[in-house]
Amino acid sequence: MSTENIAAPRSPYLSHRKRNRFNIEKWGWIYMRVSGVLLVVLIFGHLFYNLIFPGKVSILDWAFVAGKLANPIWIVWDLLLLWLALIHGANGMRTLINDYAHGRFRTVLLWALGATTAVLLVMGTLVLTTFDPCLGDTDNAELIKICAAQ
Amino acid sequence: MTSQAAPPESPPASVPEPRKRRLPAGTLYRGREGMWSWVLHRITGTAIFFFLLVHILDTSLIRISPEAYDAVIGTYKTPIMGLGEVALVAAIGLHALNGLRIICIDMFSWGPKAQRVMFWVAIGLWIVLLIGFVPRHLMHVFGGE
Repeated sequence: MSTENIAAPRSPYLSHRKRNRFNIEKWGWIYMRVSGVLLVVLIFGHLFYNLIFPGKVSILDWAFVAGKLANPIWIVWDLLLLWLALIHGANGMRTLINDYAHGRFRTVLLWALGATTAVLLVMGTLVLTTFDPCLGDTDNAELIKICAAQ
Repeated sequence: MTSQAAPPESPPASVPEPRKRRLPAGTLYRGREGMWSWVLHRITGTAIFFFLLVHILDTSLIRISPEAYDAVIGTYKTPIMGLGEVALVAAIGLHALNGLRIICIDMFSWGPKAQRVMFWVAIGLWIVLLIGFVPRHLMHVFGGE
């Protein structure tokens, strides 16, 4: 009989006692709040520019997007949207899967979610970084000038 | 002289009755605004997530060909999809405003006490947002402008 294995009164859970251990749930919690605040700005800016002014749903087409993405600020904006929103959404869905799915079904859903997220992040990043705004015709005067110079 | 000495005789005459609580103390997510905002946050979050998946795929068509992108984006201009965009912006607005409310609850000492008021403030701002967006967007969809 030894008392070595009995924790002192009021000591925290054994799994929580290891100091400086990376706690993924804590960082997930922080990520949801930090990305959430940034997404409020990024998404409402995105919606306003595309649906209210200067864009509106009836004029949206390839030329409108090409005119936007000719400006590197919008490429950075959209890259931030892609990464912040998709990881925020995927982490939220992970919470729901952990709440409502059990056993093997949960494992399958979590892997499907992870794979979908990874594929879309890679694909979206490639689309935004390799996009050629001179691929098609546009009536954007500035864009025509840029493309003629190439 | 110990702290466990019996209290003196003559208990105070006017001990107020404990107030009756409608809910157990310290609940944020049980019943009423706290619970329903949590439900709405999950529903709107899930809807927005699935739209985001589709939206990344349709936008990726810009890399393939202008014709392919224009064909798909054309479906966003139909009346039914136009109403869907109203629902999408409504869901995003609610999720965003309630998300800011959650951050206030977590970050500030006054947050949990004010959570119910903040829910109705969020609903108020959400209505203002929709008044600004919906008529204009419907004009764009149904050809008034």
